Amino acid sequence: MSSVREEGKDTIIFVTKEDHETPSSAELVDEDPNDPYEERGLILPSGEINWNCPCLGGMASGPCGTEFKDAFSCFHYSKEEVKGSDCLEQFRTMQECLQRYPELYPQEEETSSSQTSQDFASAEPSGLNSTAASEQDPDTTLPSTESSAES
Amino acid sequence: MLKCRTVWKKLAPLARASSTVCRQNVRRAGLTNGRIPIRVPTAHMSTGPAGGGGDNLKYALLVGLAGIGGLTYAVKTLRGDQKRYEERIAEIESRPHKATKGPVTDVQTAAPAVPEPELEAAPSPEEPSPPAENAAPDAEAVAHDAEAAPSSKTTEPPPADEPVVEASPEEAAAPAAVPVVEEELPPPTEPSPAELSEPEPAPTLVEESVTLTEPAAAAEPPATAPPEPQSEVVAESVDSTPASAKVPSHAPYLLIGGGTASFAAARSIRARDPGAKVLIVTDEPDLPYMRPPLSKELWFSDDPSVTETLRFKQWNGKERSIYFQPPSFYIKPEDFDSAENGGVAVLTCRKVVHMDVRGNKVKLDDNIEISYDKCLVATGGIPRNLQVIERAGEEVKKRTTLFRKIEDFKSLEKVSRNINSITIIGGGFLGSELACALGRRSTESGLEVIQMFPEKGNMGKVLPEYLSNWTTEKVKREGVKVITESLVKSVTYKDDKLEIHLKDGRLVKTDHIVAAVGLEPNIDLAKSAGLEVDSDFGGYRVNAELQARSNIWVAGDAACFYDIRLGRRRVEHHDHAVVSGRLAGENMTGANKPYWHQSMFWSDLGPDVGYEAIGIVDSSLPTVGVFAKATAKDTPKAATEQSGTGIRSESETEDTATSPVASATPPPVVEHKDDYGKGVIFYLRDKVVVGIILWNVFNRMPIARKIIKDGEEHADLNEVAKLFNIHED
Repeated sequence: MSSVREEGKDTIIFVTKEDHETPSSAELVDEDPNDPYEERGLILPSGEINWNCPCLGGMASGPCGTEFKDAFSCFHYSKEEVKGSDCLEQFRTMQECLQRYPELYPQEEETSSSQTSQDFASAEPSGLNSTAASEQDPDTTLPSTESSAES
Repeated sequence: MLKCRTVWKKLAPLARASSTVCRQNVRRAGLTNGRIPIRVPTAHMSTGPAGGGGDNLKYALLVGLAGIGGLTYAVKTLRGDQKRYEERIAEIESRPHKATKGPVTDVQTAAPAVPEPELEAAPSPEEPSPPAENAAPDAEAVAHDAEAAPSSKTTEPPPADEPVVEASPEEAAAPAAVPVVEEELPPPTEPSPAELSEPEPAPTLVEESVTLTEPAAAAEPPATAPPEPQSEVVAESVDSTPASAKVPSHAPYLLIGGGTASFAAARSIRARDPGAKVLIVTDEPDLPYMRPPLSKELWFSDDPSVTETLRFKQWNGKERSIYFQPPSFYIKPEDFDSAENGGVAVLTCRKVVHMDVRGNKVKLDDNIEISYDKCLVATGGIPRNLQVIERAGEEVKKRTTLFRKIEDFKSLEKVSRNINSITIIGGGFLGSELACALGRRSTESGLEVIQMFPEKGNMGKVLPEYLSNWTTEKVKREGVKVITESLVKSVTYKDDKLEIHLKDGRLVKTDHIVAAVGLEPNIDLAKSAGLEVDSDFGGYRVNAELQARSNIWVAGDAACFYDIRLGRRRVEHHDHAVVSGRLAGENMTGANKPYWHQSMFWSDLGPDVGYEAIGIVDSSLPTVGVFAKATAKDTPKAATEQSGTGIRSESETEDTATSPVASATPPPVVEHKDDYGKGVIFYLRDKVVVGIILWNVFNRMPIARKIIKDGEEHADLNEVAKLFNIHED
């Protein structure tokens, strides 16, 4: 059973696991999916890409930002069966740019853009979900967790 | 010109005299030869007509030649100087219109890899002097080489280190050059261009050396070449022009301050405005970096060269630098105007001293003006000091650290290795984190770590009393001698020790003090810019969209903003700097969004205590805490192991020791009433939750954020606490 104690203005409650097993009766306000103020995930409600998403790290803002945006936009709007197959030119240009800055974009085996920038680009401490040490969250996991948490 | 005049005055009589003598002798010679029938003066030197005439002639010729020679030399030198002077003036006048490229790139500063001598020789051509002074410039160049040699040896230049090292030899060099120039000026060199040149190369050389972050090639013009006066002057004037040529005169986006908020804004602007050109101006020598590791992770690093690399290894083995981005992310200030796709450029070691809001421009401390379209003020703050220490005298102040920047970390790290006792004054976030970090070192090194503060327990202004007391016990267990309820009356230096006299009579002797007593927001620009300052919270007053005036935004520690949900506040946390910086960047690119996404903060005090918090967390508010017993799984260490991420680093031995024991037992509760292992604490204001602390409970910040955003009155907070599943991992 839970125990309650008062210490001046502060209330202290100790609870067991069983105490907290029953579902909460606390009511939360429904989220408005069109709230203009809300922080958005990678894809905005309009369908556009949110270039300011922390999940992208510094990809859209660094020296290869323009190339990255071109390639990724092309991919995003691609209607081909193999998505992005019509964007090879942009990806190639982007790859060339990334190779010019090996310090920024360490070239590990992956070819995908978001993963090549792990150490540095994922440095965005975003204060979003996950632990306080969110700096190191790999880019790949953030988009999904973020968009679900924020909506 | 004065010297010239005086010299001319001296020379003129001489010349006149010599010409008179010359004329007289010629006349005499002429007379004795009987050509010119002039009356001969009675005082006659020559002995007789014939022999005297011959002697006289020789004498006359000699003196005449000497006179003419002297005259010619004097005139030539003067003319030459005149020419040099005019050239110099022309050079100066043409400077503002000078296009940057060609000559400038040649004289850019050397990256450490490039031979230092070329850079160091730059001060020497300050002497536009005749051959006689060749020895001096060479000697100076050698001296500079010697100074520069150690700095050039560091092969891995963290931008932080090099510029500081470089700056000091440069500064030493420039003033050293000045007195040498002054002494060796007997021939009529132009003093005014010399004077003009001296102050200029000094700051520009400092600035040049400091922008080592851009590893430019240094193709210094052959300054050590034989001093053809003109070429030296030209080289010298070209040396000084880079200062103005290097700094862009206009920045579409100007960010004042190079910290977390500024960097977040830069990133945001670049993401939203394609091809944006963003200029960051910072008075620190470092590129933007994050502060939290300076008082946590960097101290736990095993790497002995951590003060150089500023990299820290996280628990999961991943290493990263405290710098947000390596130097290659940024573009050089001199490429700013021409960058096709824009970029972020950082001007280090420059301070903005004046802001002209009507004219949309700022002035730097070297009088350079930069105009802007949109400006962000993210000047942060400077650490406060105790009045008693300010008044205590040099010996005490020398042994006191105000901790905020990379250089403070480096110096404290060094100091802590060489002393026996260190005292931290202040019981808030910074003070407690440093105390724990140093306390941990005390086990290895025998360093005595003392922490003193006026409150009753660590984090006394943040945590409710019962929790603050519990935390204090944990801090003590980290090896810290905690002295609570202590007010410092005075500090004196005696017998090579600092003596801290407390108001209640206690005396604490120590070797070094770290003052962590708060941050003073930097509002230096308020007056010139006409920006409002908040009297309650300090900082620049801005609206909910972080705007101070048209085209001016403020973010980070210096911003006192209106939070739609929680009211007017000023927040000094890292995540707030990121969130507000990002928001300011968005608004600078036309978003018009208010502060809405609530920032959070966190702290770790040793391996057992870690918490994340959000909203207004003030211990004077009524609180409701809901706790479960902590198992070994509920420590910061465990959280990082699980999520594979993490800042918190612990030792291997601790991990293996605790986990087998704890996982066996289920968490009983009643008998461990005072063990606040993990839980949730709600801070209430008028029955509405305005702040939440997640105590040793991680990965639940979104729920906390949601509760604060709703701003509802909840009848039973235990029910709300259920949402957090505190018993689960």
